[in-house]
Amino acid sequence: MASKSEQHWAKTRTLMWIVLAIWAFFSFGIHAFVEKLNAITFLNFPLGFYMASQGSLIAFVVLIFWYARRQHTIDKKFDLHEKEGK
Amino acid sequence: MGKKKGFIENLGKIYGYYTLGFLAFVILMAVLEQVGVPNSVIGYLFIAMTICIYAVIGVLARTAQVSQYYVAGREVPPVFNGMATAADWMSGASFVGMAGSLYILGYDGLAFVVGWTGGYVLVAILLAPYLRKFGAYTVPDFLGSRYGGNFARLIGIVILFCCSFTYVTAQTYATGIITSRFLQIPFEWAVFIGLTGILVCSMLGGMRGVTWTQVAQYIVLIVAYMVPVVILSYQITGLPIPQLMYGGVLEKITALEQSIGVTKLTVQPFTNYNPLNFFGLIVCLMLGTASLPHVLMRFFTTPGVRSARLSVGWALLFIFFLYFTAPAYAAFAKYEIYANVIGSQITALPDWVALWSNVGLLTIADGNGDGILQLAELKINRDIVVLATPEIAGLPYVISGLVAAGGLAAALSTADGLLLAIANAFSHDVYYRMVNPKADAETRLIVARILLVVIAFGAAMLARTKPADILSMVAWAFSIAASGLFPALVLGIWWKRANKAGAVVGMLVGFGVCMWYLVGTRYGGMDLIFGVGNISAGLFGIPAGFITMIVVSLATKSPSIEMQRFIDELRIPRGKALAQNR
Repeated sequence: MASKSEQHWAKTRTLMWIVLAIWAFFSFGIHAFVEKLNAITFLNFPLGFYMASQGSLIAFVVLIFWYARRQHTIDKKFDLHEKEGK
Repeated sequence: MGKKKGFIENLGKIYGYYTLGFLAFVILMAVLEQVGVPNSVIGYLFIAMTICIYAVIGVLARTAQVSQYYVAGREVPPVFNGMATAADWMSGASFVGMAGSLYILGYDGLAFVVGWTGGYVLVAILLAPYLRKFGAYTVPDFLGSRYGGNFARLIGIVILFCCSFTYVTAQTYATGIITSRFLQIPFEWAVFIGLTGILVCSMLGGMRGVTWTQVAQYIVLIVAYMVPVVILSYQITGLPIPQLMYGGVLEKITALEQSIGVTKLTVQPFTNYNPLNFFGLIVCLMLGTASLPHVLMRFFTTPGVRSARLSVGWALLFIFFLYFTAPAYAAFAKYEIYANVIGSQITALPDWVALWSNVGLLTIADGNGDGILQLAELKINRDIVVLATPEIAGLPYVISGLVAAGGLAAALSTADGLLLAIANAFSHDVYYRMVNPKADAETRLIVARILLVVIAFGAAMLARTKPADILSMVAWAFSIAASGLFPALVLGIWWKRANKAGAVVGMLVGFGVCMWYLVGTRYGGMDLIFGVGNISAGLFGIPAGFITMIVVSLATKSPSIEMQRFIDELRIPRGKALAQNR
């Protein structure tokens, strides 16, 4: 039976890989298809251009806040979060 | 203490009033212009007034406590740390040059937009919370503790100095340019006024002073960036929401480009960079963001680990406001130029064209001698897009003054962060950790301030010579930081097996390979390998650093049991900070 902190770290690591995968998708994956996406129009933008100028950025901001929430849930589950006031 | 608690609780109110006060000041300037006060006075007031405000904050935030000086007492709430980080991060070049790069590079310039934002995801998940838990004062401090000894610390300091000093020189240069133009004094003297502006924020209050001035500077710079582009959007599209409306403008630009026979369309990808360089640049900028000490050190100032994570999110949100506006800026400026300037009689061009060609930022050559301006006959410096927009849109001079104040705020805030990162590495890591560990608080703060002034003065003296090479080397900072520091920082937290030998060799090799490619391709006449541009040198340095660090770590013995326990502690939010900082 793994200790509390080992289980906590296993969960933390899984979350890290998930976030990293989403990050990689919006950093590289989607822009690799820019030419195909540009055939689609979104709010008058070619979609490929839109993703690099706004779409990916919005995804990054949301991703960080989502990660912060998920990680805090994990910390609380294993009772390893900071005491109140922090 | 009682009074200070009140300050933290009332931050929202204080900065709310400050913002209203700043807007009132802008309106007052507009009124003064209408009643006939000359432009030079308006420009002067904008620069003088904003520097005075920063100085007042700097003086009010003075401190005699070591923890206040190095990490602002670790009591900066996430939202405000986010604003300070955004100002710390966005340099004079982001403010003035980014939209211009997008104007010139079209889609390919978006590599900068994506690269300079996505790096914060890495900061949030891989580094900031753990470095905050460690409780360091500086980034080399972490390297020294994790990799047992002053050798790793020293290499960290050398890399930090290489990436931060060229950068701070460029910021000092930018403050000099803006000050000299709007106060109408020679550049050689304006640099020192800029220097004073930098030092008043940081010298008395250290990180505490810099934090609260950076929040104030963020507010100035974001207002200054938004106002002209919102007006431009209203004039061109009828709606004052530039970020949504420029899609339609892009369509018109494409149509105009096709009609005048431009081959590299603005929205078409990979016309200036091939995919390898486009994605390579994104990698280097992102990993560089996550390794630059002046950025990481901002997350040492939050009250805890959880607030450090949230703070990264806020920082990126505040950065996002400027970065998602920059492409709109570029699009509107391009539309104005294509629609109203190209194809005009050269003798009948708008006034601003002559104004900017006088200072050499714009050149017109009637190549075929037909008296009509063709696109190929117009050459535009990238700094012009933001600086000239008020005139392009026919706006009153007050907007130009506002833009100048914004550019100055961006340059000053970044210069402050960088300067503090360098000076603190010397005063804390070299002096206190290596030379005189018994120094008392008073001596340490005196040393810290002397070093701050010396380094600032050095940067100003260098900036004074207008060193073209240094200025173009700023983009190198990202590759250098990513190659030298990223593997050691990330593996130090995420891989227990990483040891001292691995980190030391890894940092040296990563840094060395990166410098070899940078210097070799620029000065040594070396050919580009696989066509990878100079600016993306990290594409070689980063893997080299990672591979050597992993191989050498595995070939030598694993870290001690105590070190493994130390890493376990680092990974959980609860518990005291690990660093032994008085």
